[in-house]
Amino acid sequence: MADMHRVETIAVASGKGGTGKTTIAVNLAFTAAQLGEKVRYLDCDVEEPNGHIFLKPDITSSENVSAEVPVVDPDKCTGCGKCGRICQFGAIVCLDGNNVLTFEQLCHSCGGCIRVCPAGAIKPGALAIGQIELGRSGQIDFVGGRLKIGSVRTPAMIKEVKKRIRPDRLSIIDVAPGTSCAVVETLKDVDFVLLVTEPTPFGLNDLKLAVDLVRRMDLSFAVVINRYGIGNEDAEKYCQAEGIEIVLKLPDDRRIAEICSTGRIIVDALSEYQQQFSELYEYVKSVKAEIDDER
Amino acid sequence: MKIAVTSTGKNLDSQVDPRFGRAAYFIIVDTETMEFTAVENADVDAGGGTGINSAKAVLDAGAQAVLTGNCGPNAVRTLSAGNVKLYTGLQGTVAQAVEQFKAGALKEASSANVEPHSGLNG
Repeated sequence: MADMHRVETIAVASGKGGTGKTTIAVNLAFTAAQLGEKVRYLDCDVEEPNGHIFLKPDITSSENVSAEVPVVDPDKCTGCGKCGRICQFGAIVCLDGNNVLTFEQLCHSCGGCIRVCPAGAIKPGALAIGQIELGRSGQIDFVGGRLKIGSVRTPAMIKEVKKRIRPDRLSIIDVAPGTSCAVVETLKDVDFVLLVTEPTPFGLNDLKLAVDLVRRMDLSFAVVINRYGIGNEDAEKYCQAEGIEIVLKLPDDRRIAEICSTGRIIVDALSEYQQQFSELYEYVKSVKAEIDDER
Repeated sequence: MKIAVTSTGKNLDSQVDPRFGRAAYFIIVDTETMEFTAVENADVDAGGGTGINSAKAVLDAGAQAVLTGNCGPNAVRTLSAGNVKLYTGLQGTVAQAVEQFKAGALKEASSANVEPHSGLNG
């Protein structure tokens, strides 16, 4: 049955780092908001968030995020060792005689040790993993996730940021580069993915990895070529051969680089690019409707 | 006493494996009789936590001391909690390492001599 709900979540991802994910995400958010859309920008690149540099949000609140880790009560522990045997990460090890060690940085918060403990000696404790900031940038809702320095709990942090997706808003999600766990976690259940690449051999190599990932995840996607005009035509040829739509070609314009390097929004500073981003926004809105029609 | 030596092979003539967490084998040697058994390391290709699991394995084997090349902080913490003495920087064959230990030529290590994950790609 055709459910004509519009695109609610767009993820802006890439294989290669530095292709311009944030540039595309913030300019798309800005454009959509200008066109009257209710927009929420979520920075899920929690290891290196940078959307705030461009959106300059007024932060209205911040929340601490923690992950569940085991805390062992030595008085209740019987030394049976079941906790250590179920852990796939070596995060808890029972030596003997109630001598249980925990390694919080290795824990993945599966809760397995807590469940298998027959003595009820293990309770969930909280490990601080980062912060989420909420704010406003003009008409754009801003949600920024920031992983605590030294923490390796990236997917857990991303899950928390994604809980702030609102169905009454168009959510534009800034994704980490690559095809790692962090990217998979971010892309889960999004409506549409924009893969940003640059027309270079590196860009193409990593674009192919990203395309492989989104196809495996069965996600609708299209490609944005940034710094169009440098490198060669291989990325374009690849997209044509694979039947992948290229929905925006942002030229290699020195003024764009200057604007980005000073933390500004391209469409705000260079009106000639407003049309291209408006078309990108219209495209993203239309594609979901087509998919729904096919169902 | 029983000691564990990280080894690339299954006997006393094998070379000492420089990695603790990702050692191919642990040779458990009785220093009085020189009788030994080889324990295959199930964690050699694991993603992480190998030092901890390897420390648990040598503890379960009853070793009271570990002779190896390099040892990271999580393994050191686990061995220490289990009251297992640690000696790092060993080279040569397993038999040579045991002889050095028996001769009292080794100095006990009190902390890790490498970072976590140092045994990867090594």
